[in-house]
Amino acid sequence: MSGNADQDAARPARPSRRKLMLYAPLAVAGVGGLGFWAMLRGLGDGSFNPRGVPSALIGKTAPEFSLPGVEGLDLPPLSSPDLLTFDRPIVVNFWASWCVPCIVEHPQLMALHRQGVPVLGINYKDRAPDARNFLTRHGNPFTRLGADFPGRTAIDWGVYGVPESYVLDRRGVIRWRWAGPITPEVMSESIVPLIRSLGRA
Amino acid sequence: MARMLSLLVLLLAAPLAPASAQIADRLADPVAEARAREIGRELRCLVCQNQSIEDSEADLARDLRRIVREQVSRGASHDEVMRFVHDRYGDFVLLRPPFRLSTLLLWATPVLALLGGLFAIWRLRRRRAVPVGELTEAERARLAERLGPSLSDKSQGEPRT
Repeated sequence: MSGNADQDAARPARPSRRKLMLYAPLAVAGVGGLGFWAMLRGLGDGSFNPRGVPSALIGKTAPEFSLPGVEGLDLPPLSSPDLLTFDRPIVVNFWASWCVPCIVEHPQLMALHRQGVPVLGINYKDRAPDARNFLTRHGNPFTRLGADFPGRTAIDWGVYGVPESYVLDRRGVIRWRWAGPITPEVMSESIVPLIRSLGRA
Repeated sequence: MARMLSLLVLLLAAPLAPASAQIADRLADPVAEARAREIGRELRCLVCQNQSIEDSEADLARDLRRIVREQVSRGASHDEVMRFVHDRYGDFVLLRPPFRLSTLLLWATPVLALLGGLFAIWRLRRRRAVPVGELTEAERARLAERLGPSLSDKSQGEPRT
């Protein structure tokens, strides 16, 4: 292109700006699509949980509570001082007989129990006969079991649904929380390594 | 007369009975209830996530509503009740996120977007304001050469077939 010098100087800006106007929205859409894809993939393999509300209690000692046992079971009841009596990492599990995912995670709790990890149960808003039936049918992994019928202890722990599980170190500090059923993957990738490393510490 | 009065009271109270059963959670004191509701509207129901605990019918929301009302009627301040729930459920329970360094971008985004838009408008207006220079003699000649006689004639307003 030949012609007037100062007109030429202004010209090259135009096509590049037009290109920018074309590619900038495309880039934004591309990045958005990539994020969406990553989110869907995370949803698929379980690494992204939109309900994975971070617990406010991580790094804090467990809240104080004192719960009665489940009627008709000869399991000792559960109070906060009991959590310190094991001198090893423990698992605290909120569950209910009416909760379907609790059935899904039960074999994993049984496995923890067999491995010698103390599993302490808090039976959430449940009726004693239903809770008893559940444990008769699926086995009892709990060393101690408290009944939280009003659900107040659960609120003190920041529980927003059952099942929910916590790992506490030997000083009773909450180190990890899982909202939802403990799957075999959660077991092998999170709980077992964590309990092992906490046990060494 | 006393009998008439008591009958009147009973009749007046009758329609209230089912209503008060439905709102058993509500506080009798309207001022306290209004305060509790104001607090509840700022708390997220963690089960349904996009509703406040005042709007949600979830069990947990009902329990939290009760706790809020208990504390309000005990005389706890707005901040004390909020702190109680926040201590247990963290930032996520607050429908209005707190203003701090980690949430700075969240709060600043509308302002930044507005400033960005204003800047873009300013830039576009300034560009448009630049006057288009007159064509030089050489350019006129080149234009005429490119357009050919038909179009250059057209510019004089004589349409041709």
